[in-house]
Amino acid sequence: MLQVISLLVENKPGALMRITGVLSARGYNIESLTVARTLDPTLSRMTIVVDVDPTLRRQVIKQMNRLINVLQASDLTEERAVAREMVLLRVRAPLESRTAILKEAEIFSARVVDSSVEGFVLEASGDPEKLDEFIDVMRAYGEIEVTRSGIVAVSLESRRLRLSPPVPTGRAEREESAPRLSDVAS
Amino acid sequence: MPNLMSGARMLVECLVREGVDCIFGYPGGVTLPVYDVLYDHPIRHVLIRHEENAAFAASGYARSTGRVGVCCATSGPGATNLVTGLVDALMDSVPVVAITGQVSTKAIGSDAFQEADTFGITRSCTKHNYLVKNLKDLPAVVHEAFYIASTGRPGPVLIDLPKDVLQGQAHYNPVSAIHLPGYKLVTEGHTGQIRRAAQMIWESERPLVYAGGGIVSSGAHEELRELVELVDAPAVLTLMGLGCLPGDHPNFISMPGMHGSYAANMSMTHADLLIALGVRFDDRVTGRLSAFAPHARVIHVDIDPVEIGKNRAADLPIVGDAKRVLPKLLRLLRDTASERERKAEARRAWWRQIRAWQQEHPLQPVFSDHEIKPQHLMVEIDRLTRGEAIITADVGQHQMWAAQFIRFKRPRQWLCSGGLGAMGFGVPAAIGAQFAWPDKLVIAVVGDGGFQMSVPELATIAANRLPVKIIICNNGYLGMVRQWQNLFYNNRLCAVAMEGFPDVEKLGAAYGIPGRIVERPEHLTGALEEALREPGPYLLDVRVSPEENVYPMVPAGAALNEMVLGPPRPVPVPK
Repeated sequence: MLQVISLLVENKPGALMRITGVLSARGYNIESLTVARTLDPTLSRMTIVVDVDPTLRRQVIKQMNRLINVLQASDLTEERAVAREMVLLRVRAPLESRTAILKEAEIFSARVVDSSVEGFVLEASGDPEKLDEFIDVMRAYGEIEVTRSGIVAVSLESRRLRLSPPVPTGRAEREESAPRLSDVAS
Repeated sequence: MPNLMSGARMLVECLVREGVDCIFGYPGGVTLPVYDVLYDHPIRHVLIRHEENAAFAASGYARSTGRVGVCCATSGPGATNLVTGLVDALMDSVPVVAITGQVSTKAIGSDAFQEADTFGITRSCTKHNYLVKNLKDLPAVVHEAFYIASTGRPGPVLIDLPKDVLQGQAHYNPVSAIHLPGYKLVTEGHTGQIRRAAQMIWESERPLVYAGGGIVSSGAHEELRELVELVDAPAVLTLMGLGCLPGDHPNFISMPGMHGSYAANMSMTHADLLIALGVRFDDRVTGRLSAFAPHARVIHVDIDPVEIGKNRAADLPIVGDAKRVLPKLLRLLRDTASERERKAEARRAWWRQIRAWQQEHPLQPVFSDHEIKPQHLMVEIDRLTRGEAIITADVGQHQMWAAQFIRFKRPRQWLCSGGLGAMGFGVPAAIGAQFAWPDKLVIAVVGDGGFQMSVPELATIAANRLPVKIIICNNGYLGMVRQWQNLFYNNRLCAVAMEGFPDVEKLGAAYGIPGRIVERPEHLTGALEEALREPGPYLLDVRVSPEENVYPMVPAGAALNEMVLGPPRPVPVPK
């Protein structure tokens, strides 16, 4: 079953490798992965779609949360969340089918981003299943080339982000003031 | 400016601030700047003979003290040789900081001489790792590394330092704070959950404390002892937890699991409550998971939330540091101590049952008049060290016999590669422990296979006149592999006979270390006494019976109560 994981991570070299490492160590294949900076340029937001054994889902999320570069990993699979994807699609369009293609594109709210005698490049975004349909329809017009962005998702519920406060450097100082976060029942 | 210094000096300054007094390492081209600083620096550098052993020695230092062990290796082969030691530290949650050199930042990725992608290779071998590309980041990284290695669930952290970073000059501004917003430390334990734990403990009729390495890491052994005594619960300690209760404590049953005692495994199977403290329900403990502790509800206390529910669902999870959680639990239990009477009759019956199991099939050492039984060796080591020595082991039969028969008074006395099960761990770990505890008796109990992986370190022992005693439980085989071939592969012994074992008297002499071979059971005690009396190092080759198997044994895939208690009895041939 496909699982959607949303992560807030430190924008540091190696962070991506650590996160995908949790999945590759178990031999899971990543369906899609998107990553980009957040408003705070030191952080990135990542959305991963992956086929994970349902019994191991909690475990995988916990392992991601354990990573030092990960501020928060959450499972959006069964949460109220919005998922969107974008596709760029090149379609060969001889003169006789150009009007039909444009009509079809309009139905899916796709935009023409490039037009030439050979054909169009169309841009569509929205629900991933809707995009599947769009791609299927376009296939009927001949040879197409598709680039999908992968899913970006956002939870509809805001969740509290718990960040660790700074601690003093040096062993002796630390032992004095080790952070004592209390636990929420897991 | 007075504080203008090289990256290498900055590194050493930061190590000093972290209280490092000893580094186990091996130099090379790109770490030369570090060694130039160490040339006249009071930090002690121990020149080990192989980088893998540098990591094991750092682990031995860390396991025996609870402080961070430090190892250092050069780029390329130096770094790749560290890998086994890093994974060992990761599996057993040992605080180790590894420092590796790297080729210059401009050469990274160009297949330069002695280049390896250490940052990539060690990503999955460490709790966290760093590649420092800017000298200005160095001080913060070093302090973060020590903080990450030693807090929460401890583990190894590697810092990869390119040569130009080590050689570069910059102003050193000591870092005053570490900021790791994503490093989630949960230590206290949920108060409501702890209250429920106290209730569950008083409600249970057949409670069993199942404690392990987390108690050692958190230093909660006193609290553990108090809990066991207050509740009067029987307790089993995992391989990693041995010593958390004194070996002769009346409530301590033994180690459970694949080579645990009958009583320990039967207790696990029949308990109605497991009080699991700093354990991870390892497959070597649980046997077939679906049949493990079928009647028990589980209270699981661990500092690492990943462990909770990983192998066995917890009825009552408590994420926290045992050292913080147990005092709260104890307070609640003391306040409600009158509850103890509620199940008193059932508890007495539970104890009677456990005592009966213990008598029915005790962990019985085997003796013989004509050959030294390996169990006999361990019993003698136990008798002569009286639970006071630090004992390291490799992996295999000797490790299991040592765990069964050598008793420890305190935690951090029994050091072995538990999770990874790395051969060649015992001798270098003993070196690390002996540097940490120069005046204590440190014994490496190793097999003849593992010993041969550690031979180069005899030079380290000789050069430093370390009084490490190496006792080789020599059966001429890779014993545990032979045991499995014997039991599960029709005794088709393949690639397990360790022919060509060196003469330890001559081998020792080559290093200036006294060595002796002992073959007769009646000479064993004298030989051990001589070894332990020796003020310096000693090499004792104990020729034990070659075909002894470790029992009890839970075969792979079997349930704990499906133990094989001993070898099949010989059937007399009818005349």
